Amino acid sequence: MITVKLLRVFIGLLSGTFFGAGMVISGMVDPVKVIGFLNITGNWDPSLAFVMGGALMVFTPFYHLVIKKRNHAISGDKLNLTTDTTIDGPLISGAILFGIGWGLAGFCPGPVITSVGGGSYIVLTFIVFMLVGISYGTQYLAGRFPLPIVGYRKNVGLVTKQNK
Amino acid sequence: MGFTIPWQSLFGGMLLGLSAALLMLFSGKVAGISGIIGGLLSRQKHETSWRVAFVIGMILSVYVVSPLGFELPEIINNNIFLVALAGLLVGLGTRLGNGCTSGHGIVGMGRFSKRSIIATCIFMTTAIIVVLIRNLLGGL
Repeated sequence: MITVKLLRVFIGLLSGTFFGAGMVISGMVDPVKVIGFLNITGNWDPSLAFVMGGALMVFTPFYHLVIKKRNHAISGDKLNLTTDTTIDGPLISGAILFGIGWGLAGFCPGPVITSVGGGSYIVLTFIVFMLVGISYGTQYLAGRFPLPIVGYRKNVGLVTKQNK
Repeated sequence: MGFTIPWQSLFGGMLLGLSAALLMLFSGKVAGISGIIGGLLSRQKHETSWRVAFVIGMILSVYVVSPLGFELPEIINNNIFLVALAGLLVGLGTRLGNGCTSGHGIVGMGRFSKRSIIATCIFMTTAIIVVLIRNLLGGL
């Protein structure tokens, strides 16, 4: 039991370190570079397309050739994969809201968390408001808080089941 | 045209893919940063320690790569209100959409998940349109 816990923590630490290193080395941590990548009609900087390309180049074959064949992870935990294929309102509206925020500041969750140690008040401000946004989203999904335009969430029970 | 492959971006991206593959193979977890952060806000049994470790690894990674000459950039953004609004939208959007650039863009796309492919197309397109509008408004 104790070794499984240790393995989970060790793998968390190791993969977190690889992830953060990838964020810094690839340049994803630089919002100026991110905006330059999104600016396809202007002075486009295509280099960040290679970040997703590189990530998929490693993860995709590894998933389909190694992970997919397994019933469980090496720790014995189940593979935490959703089989949900419904394209619903929260997925679409969430992706749009995320896209607006990403385009406004050039930050997404991975790079800002990696940048915490830099101590920039801009990064810290973004993170505080991101945490507020996540918490509010959780309350909305549970039917407790309303959102502008759409109001309170309907069919709460249905979706809680799906997301579980 | 003198296009050269941006090796650092490619290599950095491969590290992200390796990270996601290791986390899923060994622990069965999805390397989705919005999900990991969100999971720390509403904690479940057995799901907290690895998330904390992952976040600590991310933050410490900066000190691992700095001897190799990779540093965090200086963040220049003089509009703190825009940053706050963006943070709010990113938090709310990733929670409703169940993922961000990593969870949908890497893990979900790599698994050929229909939801992730659609989410990634939508947030990429939206962000591109936002940057375009900002350019048209004179670099707001």
